[in-house]
Amino acid sequence: MIRLKDVEMEYDNGTRAIKGISLTIEDGEFVFLVGPSGSGKSTIIKLLTGEVEPCRGRIMINGFSVSNISEKQIPLMRRTLGIIFQDFRLIEKKTVYDNLSFVMRAVGASPKEIKNRIPYVLQLVGLEKKADSYPTELSGGEQQRVAIARALVNNPNTIIADEPTGNLDPERSLELMSLLVKINQLGTTVVVVTHEKDLVDRFGKRVVTIDSGHVVNDSVGGYVGGNIHG
Amino acid sequence: MAKHDIGYFAHEGLSNMFSHGFMSFAAVGITVACLLIMGTFTLVAVNANELLRDLEQENEILAYVDDSYTEAEAKALQKKLEAVPNVASATYISKEQAMENFVAQYPDEDMFQDLDPEILRDRYAIKITDLEQIRQTKETVEGIPGIARVNAYEEIAGGFITVRNVATVICVALIAILFVVSVFIISNTIKLTTFDRRDEIAIMRMVGATNGFIRWPFVYEGFMMGLLGAVIAFFSQWGLYAAVTRGVDNNDTLQLIHVIPFQELWVPVAVVFAAAGILIGVGGSLSAIRKFLQV
Repeated sequence: MIRLKDVEMEYDNGTRAIKGISLTIEDGEFVFLVGPSGSGKSTIIKLLTGEVEPCRGRIMINGFSVSNISEKQIPLMRRTLGIIFQDFRLIEKKTVYDNLSFVMRAVGASPKEIKNRIPYVLQLVGLEKKADSYPTELSGGEQQRVAIARALVNNPNTIIADEPTGNLDPERSLELMSLLVKINQLGTTVVVVTHEKDLVDRFGKRVVTIDSGHVVNDSVGGYVGGNIHG
Repeated sequence: MAKHDIGYFAHEGLSNMFSHGFMSFAAVGITVACLLIMGTFTLVAVNANELLRDLEQENEILAYVDDSYTEAEAKALQKKLEAVPNVASATYISKEQAMENFVAQYPDEDMFQDLDPEILRDRYAIKITDLEQIRQTKETVEGIPGIARVNAYEEIAGGFITVRNVATVICVALIAILFVVSVFIISNTIKLTTFDRRDEIAIMRMVGATNGFIRWPFVYEGFMMGLLGAVIAFFSQWGLYAAVTRGVDNNDTLQLIHVIPFQELWVPVAVVFAAAGILIGVGGSLSAIRKFLQV
């Protein structure tokens, strides 16, 4: 479960990115986080992943209190999350299999666990035949599916996707979002930050709209409000 | 740390070293260069020190025996002289031998050829262990009954000591400076390789890898690069030293210089090179990766 309570965040340069947000995302939910550029979406992602600390308020993620988390607990908290980036962030010098195995290694998985888990996850994202390919040999959509597989491979409670369709064409975007819905149906909480209104409307999930550091709308069924491209 | 982790870190360290070939080559190359410079300088200093030691040992005290002593009494002084602290050896030279030696120095001077040995005294040529204590040794020898006078070339001895002390200070200072410069250069070279891999480190951090897990492959990589640099530097140093030794041996004007054979030096050189290489490699890696491990 993710819970933000009266969270405020101000950067060192004086920018007040978040101005008192309270938000609860229950286990197993699928939530779109939308808003214009500079609305505070990226800051919320950074707060959720422990990259920055809030100035005020409390953040609880999967049983960890991120607002006063110790440095040693941060890796443990991050192991409950699977993060997907817009630019995929795959390691080009490693094969698809190695891109996945190294993140399992990073959390202490044994070679046997790795051998059993990776084929399953690759099958889930439809890339079982691409295990030995390098990221540069894959299309954008395939690379993003590898990124999803990487986020899933450690079996996290929550997937956080930051503009996952930003570099994909509409068809691949739809395909990818359907995959995230499928993952959600298997029990994983999914939070997707996006500005793609059509996609948001198509899936009819809960939509939290952020603007100027505030939650301006929280409803189910599609985006409510004006232009979210910013 | 699990056994499979150790294997994984070693494998990652090694494959990282090869996959970042140019930067690894640069880091190993700089390690070799730094070790070679330090090694060459140290070996020159060791040889110079040995040469000075040889010259110091040529410096001896002459103790003249009282004229009233018979040859047997004079010879009996040897044990007393050898019992003096800091005396390495005492060689008896009769007045006849002393005269022969003197005449031999001037073979073309007829006026010295028929001198009576009685104008000279029996004497002992004394070699000492520690040149810095030459004054105390001289005083002790002077106090032995039967020793009439002692000649010790204290100024020459003082000169040797000053030269050796200055050379030691300069050597230590230069080696220390070279070491610090080496660590700095290698740390920056490895920093560049780390910078090249900042995305990889960021991903590892985001999936929940601990700092230790992220750090270990870099430590292995630094270790292997340092060790590889040390091995290459060792064999290069050997070749260089052998070439210089041959050059000195074949040069007539340098016949007085005795170069210590590398066979007598290879163990300390190998140990110091390996230790310095590993220290530089691992230290450089740890210092380079530190800033990427902050939350």
